[in-house]
This record gives sequence, structure tokens and C-alpha cells, in this order.
Amino acid sequence: MGNFSQFVWLVPLFPLIGFLINGLFWKRMPKTLGGIIGCVAILASFCISVGLFLEVRSAVAPIPPVVLFEFLHSGSLNIPFAFQVDALSTLFLLIITGIGFLIHVYSTSYMGHDEGMVKYFAYLNLFVFSMLLLVLGANYLIMFIGWEGVGLCSYLLIGFWFKNRDYTNAAKKAFVMNRIGDLGFLVGMLLVLVNYGTLSYNEFFGQLHNPQVVMPQATMSWIALCFFIGATGKSAQIPLYTWLPDAMAGPTPVSALIHAATMVTAGIYMIARSNALYTLTPMILHVVAVIGLATAILAATIAVRQYDIKKVLAYSTVSQLGFMFLALGVGAYTTAVFHVMTHAFFKALLFLGSGSVIHAMGGEQDIRKMGGLGKHMRITQVTFLVGCLAISGIPGFSGFFSKDAILSAAFGHDPILYVLALLAAMMTAYYMFRLYILTFTGSFRGTEEQHHHLHESPAAMTLPLVVLAILSVVGGYVGLPEVMSEHNAIDTFLSSVVTNADVHHLAPGTEWMLMGISVVAVVIMIAIAWSVNRKPKFVENKGLAKVLENKWYVDELYESVIVRPLQALSGVLDKYAERRGIDGFVNGIGKSVKWGGDKLRLLQSGQVGFYIFVMVLGIVVLFALSFFVIK
Amino acid sequence: MPVNSTHYLFLSLLLFSIGIMGTLMRRNAIIIFMCIELMLNAVNLLLVAFSRIYGDADAQLFVFFIMVVAAAEVAVGLAIIVMMYRKVHSVDINILNRLKH
Repeated sequence: MGNFSQFVWLVPLFPLIGFLINGLFWKRMPKTLGGIIGCVAILASFCISVGLFLEVRSAVAPIPPVVLFEFLHSGSLNIPFAFQVDALSTLFLLIITGIGFLIHVYSTSYMGHDEGMVKYFAYLNLFVFSMLLLVLGANYLIMFIGWEGVGLCSYLLIGFWFKNRDYTNAAKKAFVMNRIGDLGFLVGMLLVLVNYGTLSYNEFFGQLHNPQVVMPQATMSWIALCFFIGATGKSAQIPLYTWLPDAMAGPTPVSALIHAATMVTAGIYMIARSNALYTLTPMILHVVAVIGLATAILAATIAVRQYDIKKVLAYSTVSQLGFMFLALGVGAYTTAVFHVMTHAFFKALLFLGSGSVIHAMGGEQDIRKMGGLGKHMRITQVTFLVGCLAISGIPGFSGFFSKDAILSAAFGHDPILYVLALLAAMMTAYYMFRLYILTFTGSFRGTEEQHHHLHESPAAMTLPLVVLAILSVVGGYVGLPEVMSEHNAIDTFLSSVVTNADVHHLAPGTEWMLMGISVVAVVIMIAIAWSVNRKPKFVENKGLAKVLENKWYVDELYESVIVRPLQALSGVLDKYAERRGIDGFVNGIGKSVKWGGDKLRLLQSGQVGFYIFVMVLGIVVLFALSFFVIK
Repeated sequence: MPVNSTHYLFLSLLLFSIGIMGTLMRRNAIIIFMCIELMLNAVNLLLVAFSRIYGDADAQLFVFFIMVVAAAEVAVGLAIIVMMYRKVHSVDINILNRLKH
């Protein structure tokens, strides 16, 4: 392959071109053409990504960053626009472009009736472009550009149906929440710049490993903490997770691509990329683990009592992201990346499946009004079941391997973490099968009209489902646990960039036992889900269930603790500082000039006699002056 | 009482004051005009008096200039008053404040 990595700039270029074409001509472009352009752009990127992946796999020495041009040059600071081609970035490239392509194809059908379809594809391409920048950048600045770009696209796509007020509010919420996190990232970046004088990964990590460069622990911890705050915003962790469930206002393929498979994993990518830093700051790593675990459990409990098909999946995403942060927190970086990959497969599958269901139901998202859909849409049902099995961690499916790796890493770190993580995993199995059973089995609970309308989705939608279902099954076999295979493909592949720090090697017996416990627990939970939801009775929730249905009242809490006081403060400032202070000052100047003019105007009476009088008066005054004052 | 130079100065001051008072108080343009002439001639008288006091003829030169200029000014001023009378049939200067509207 030679120097194929020199062509890495083509990867983000294609989606950018697609965005420009669709974005500039979306008013005149026929829908089909817009869809084709969008898909082809991503497909081309995918092909090049595969080439890069193969090159990285066969490369003996690390490929140096590909510098495109000088981006910022000021004094001794020089930040090039460079791309990093290594195992971590190419793996993410494959996930982004591969799943992105499937979702583009799916969207051609799902969004086929929407008047803004071409615009939609423009946004989608812009998103893929930004995400590719994010993972390809060879320094934090390029990553930040992509980081902001995906936030923008997320905003645009959540509020895609901008005529609905709730949707635009959800978009704003997502944007603001992300901005809070972004500020953390920005501060972290500046701290790196001030203390290390570089933003480039290679130089920064080189200095971290260099024994001659001594930095106080506090500095490194602050940097790590700031980066983690950025990650909590983008990857929806406590306390900034509430935007993600609301982000379900966007079209379902968007939820699949942005809010499940790719963008939300940016935080994981960043921390995995900065593993050299985090390994040196065990305290922050501990914070990451605790926050991740808390998010995993909290989101899972909420998901148990949600009735909106997409909300369940959204909280499940938050919960799974929590698992990934738990993995990062216990130092199992490659395991986290592994879970990113398998999660991308099955969560995209589940979201697209839910999109197919919503499509068939004519926009209905409430699972209380579904049921028995399996008879009408067999492919969706089977693929959705595969997704559920994968996310629950049934042996043989991809989720089992990655989740089990996380659980055993947590066990190696601290058995308490393991127990709590297992609890979250059990809840995952419960709510996923609750969702599956309520949607696809039993009898239909919607209206007669909806019942007639039920149909399997067209091939453009079912084909990506099938592909993703296959990936959800086989995707796990690249990361077999130690006890099953000597060769862990994904760990080996990533080892040039990131390795699991101080992983406690468990005895084979312990590891088998852990697997057995989690499998048994999950199967029990599925059985419970089956017995509880087989004949559902929807009564009003009371007590804890009601709290869960209302998401622990976190939104209300934020509303009353942060939003309301802020609004009150703004109101006071508006009333006193703005209107009385600034406006009063500006208007006061105008008023005083007008008043002065009014008074001066009276002098110009038009009475000739008065003018002469004033003139004489002036002469007398001047005379007196010259006589008495100026000698 | 012998007349000396100081008396001329007081006479000039008196004439000038009469001129100012007339200009300020009267509304008839012609009277005002006459008062202005009175002021000019008060100044002329003053200059001649000073010329006499200091024994310098320069001031008398100014007097002739002022007379010439005053003659020209009378021509222009009277023409304005005539035009004003043609337009408004009055020489009352208070009518002229209508220009502002």
C-alpha cells in the first residue's frame, strides 16, 4: 500500500463536498439526487478508511502525523493542521463511516417524504465531516474544531423539525449543555498549552513520559478533570446527561447516528486518546469510574419506567456510555473502545429498528399503544431481538464480550464496582426485553386505523438493519476474553496507541465464574421481564415507579436550582442594570440634549429688537471685560 | 462755563446712548435706521474730539471713511425698508419675525 496514509485528507473531504453540494443547492435539488450524493460521499470515505485501516494494521512503525498545512503560527506556538493516522483513529473512522453509510441509506427511505430531505442530508454529511475531523486531528485544536462541529450538527438535527416548539427547545438544551462541557475542554486545552507549550498529541504525551519534564500532580489533575468535564457534556454523563433523552426530538436515524453510535462516543475517544495523561492521574480516573457507574445505574433505573420507545433507548445509551466511562475509569481503555464499537453496532440497530416501528405506526412512539407488531414486520422484529440480546449480554452476541470485559475489569479493580455494574447490566436486560415484549409480542393496543397501516419497511430500511444485526452478532469476536482465546484482536490492534493500564489478570476460574454470574443474572432478568410484561396492565405509577417515570425529577431539579435562579437574576439585571442603568444612561444623554435644545431654541425668537438688545448687551459685557478684567 | 474737550466726549456718549435706546425701543424701521445713523455720527464726533485732544489728524481720516460708508449703508438700508413696505405694507419690524415660520 505504500504511502496510502498521505491520502487521509480525502476521508473528511468527501463528506465536506457532499455537504457543500447539498447545502448550497438544497432548494433546487431533487430529493433522490440529494440522497445519492449524501450516501456516495460517505461510501467513498468508508472505502478510503478501509484502506487506511489495512495500512495501519500492516504498518511496522507508527505512521507520523500527516501535516496538511500550517494552521496557527504565533511566536513560538505552531499548530499545524495535521491528521493522526493510527489504530485508534482508523478504528473510529471505520465505525463512523461504516455505520454512517448504513444510516444514510436508511435515511433515504425514512426521510423520503420530508420536504427538507436534501437539507437533512447536508447536515448529516456535515456531521460526518466534523466527526471525522474530531477523530483524525493530530492535536487537541483540530479535535476541538470537530468537537464543536458535531455539537452544531447535533443542534441542527435535533431541531430539524423546527416548526415544533418543543423540538427547538430540546435542540437549544442540547446545545447549551454541550457548551458547558465544551468550556471544560477549552480550559483543559489552554492549561495544556500554558504548561506544555504544545497541543499535539505526540509532543504532549512525549513530555508526559519524559522524566525530565516534571509537572506537579495538581496541574495534571486539573487538565484531566477539565477534559473529563468536556467528556461529560458530549458523552452525556452526570451531571450533563439530561440533553440526550431530549435529543430524541430529532429524526430517528439522527438519534441512531449522532446520539447513539458516534457523537456521544467522542468523550470516550478523547479520554482513550489521552490515556497517557489519565494513567498519571489516578484520582481523576477514580472520579471517571464513579461518575460512569453512577450514570449507568441512574439512567438504567429511569429506562425501566419509560413509555416512549426512543426514550428507553436514549436512557439505555446514557447507561451504556456510563459503562464505557467505568471501563475508562478502571484503566481498561481498549475495553472501553471495544464497547464503543459493539455498542455502535447494536445501538444503531436498535434505533433504526425503533425508527422502522415508528414508521409503521405512523409516528406513534408510545409503547403502550403498540404490541404484536412482530406479525406484521418480521425482519424488524428479528433484528431488534438480536439487538436486545446483544445489549443484554447474552453469550454469543457482541455485547456479551464487551460488557463482560468491562465487568471483569471492574472486578479486578474493586468488587464493589463490579456488583453495582452488574446491577446496571441486569436492569439493562430487563428494560430492553420489556421494550421488546411490549412492542413486538402480545396483541395490538393501538387504534384500528394504525392496525391497518402496519407494514414492513422498504428494503432501504431493512437492509441496514440486517447488516447491523450481523455486525451485532459477529462484532464481539474481535475481542474474545482471555480465557477463551489467546489472541484478542482488538487489544493487539490498539496496542500501538493505547493499552489497558494495570489490568489485574484474573484467574481463569474467577473469570469463568464472573461470566456465569452475569449470564445467569441477565437470563433471570429477561424471564422477569417476560412474566411481568407479557400481559401488560398500564396503571398509573405510584411511589418509586412514578419517580422513575419522571426521571428522578432531575430536569425539575435543574429547572429550580439552576434555570429559575438564573432567569430571576437575568430578570433583575434586565430591569435594573439594563433598563435603568445602561438604557437610562444612553437615553439620558439624548434627553438632556433635547431639553437643552428646547431651551436654547427660545433665544431664536425672531424679534429683531431682541437680537439687537442681546448684541448691545454683548458689546457692553465685552467692554466691561476689556475695561475691568483684561488690563 | 467754558467748553473743553471733555464735553464733546460726554455729548458723544449721550448721542450714542440715545441711538441705542431708540434702536432697542422703537419698532418703526425708519426710526431705528435714524438711530443707527445717530450712533455712527456719535462715533464720528468722538473721533474728531480725540483728534483735537491728541493733535493727530489720523482720526479725521476715519471720519471721512465712516461718512462714505454710512452714505452707502443708507442707500442699501433704505432700499431694504422700501422693499419691506412693498411686501407687507408696513415698516413695523415685529412683523419680520414671521420669517421663522
